[in-house]
Amino acid sequence: MGNIVEQIQGVPLNHYIIFCSIIFAIGVTGVLIRRNVIIIMMSIELMLNSVNLLLAAFSAYRGDPSGQVFVFFVMALAAAEVAVGLAIIIMVYRNTKSLDIESLSKLRW
Amino acid sequence: MSVFYLVAFLAIFFALMTIFTKNPVHSVLYLVITFFTLTVHYILLNAQFLAVVNFIVYMGAIMVLFLFVMMLLNLNEEAEPVKSNLVKIMGAIAGMCLLATLLGAFRVIEPSNEMVAAHADIGLVENLGKVLFNEFLLPFEISSILLLAAMIGAVLLAKKDVKKA
Repeated sequence: MGNIVEQIQGVPLNHYIIFCSIIFAIGVTGVLIRRNVIIIMMSIELMLNSVNLLLAAFSAYRGDPSGQVFVFFVMALAAAEVAVGLAIIIMVYRNTKSLDIESLSKLRW
Repeated sequence: MSVFYLVAFLAIFFALMTIFTKNPVHSVLYLVITFFTLTVHYILLNAQFLAVVNFIVYMGAIMVLFLFVMMLLNLNEEAEPVKSNLVKIMGAIAGMCLLATLLGAFRVIEPSNEMVAAHADIGLVENLGKVLFNEFLLPFEISSILLLAAMIGAVLLAKKDVKKA
């Protein structure tokens, strides 16, 4: 295990912040440019994962295990969110026969 | 040290492929590869428990759920709705603006020290389990209720309406 930990020694925390911001921005862009509901949910997963990685990085940096416990809770929450979200998507598909997010625009008042 | 940059580059590349691929099934597969690179990141951080959970829960369960839904709905490239180019460009510009804002905000932070793995073993299952079941016992139990509620909700939502059929 020793040499794996040594691999990370030279990386500043700033690079973790920048890397996770890039992944988060990619997720936001995915939500904005796609119309398929499933791809939009996948982009949300991408955002959740970037935040998870940043929490783990801070936790390793500060030597505080609470951050990694938070990541665990976020993962449990993401699993619940995906289950309910995909059920809603299936119901929408059954009613509108399409996965286009625009088919839901009548929900807007 | 260079392993981090290599894996970070791969993660960004596959994340971009995820949102730009036309075929939704390919998109899911690229997302699986992205999550795998993030798992490698957890291993590099010596967060072994999170690496295993990420591998099993995200790549094993959540992504398979996505793939199942895709197969259930019989999606392919022809059924894929496309946005107009103007909206796409505006979305990409908005995303890049967010990135520029974030990076600009991080410039004021003083340059941090390098990662020191002084407490290298906090990510091991034993230590994390002690924290989880001492300080975070109540949130842990509440999250089980959340999962139960989500399970019941998903079954109720996806069930066929008996009266209609």
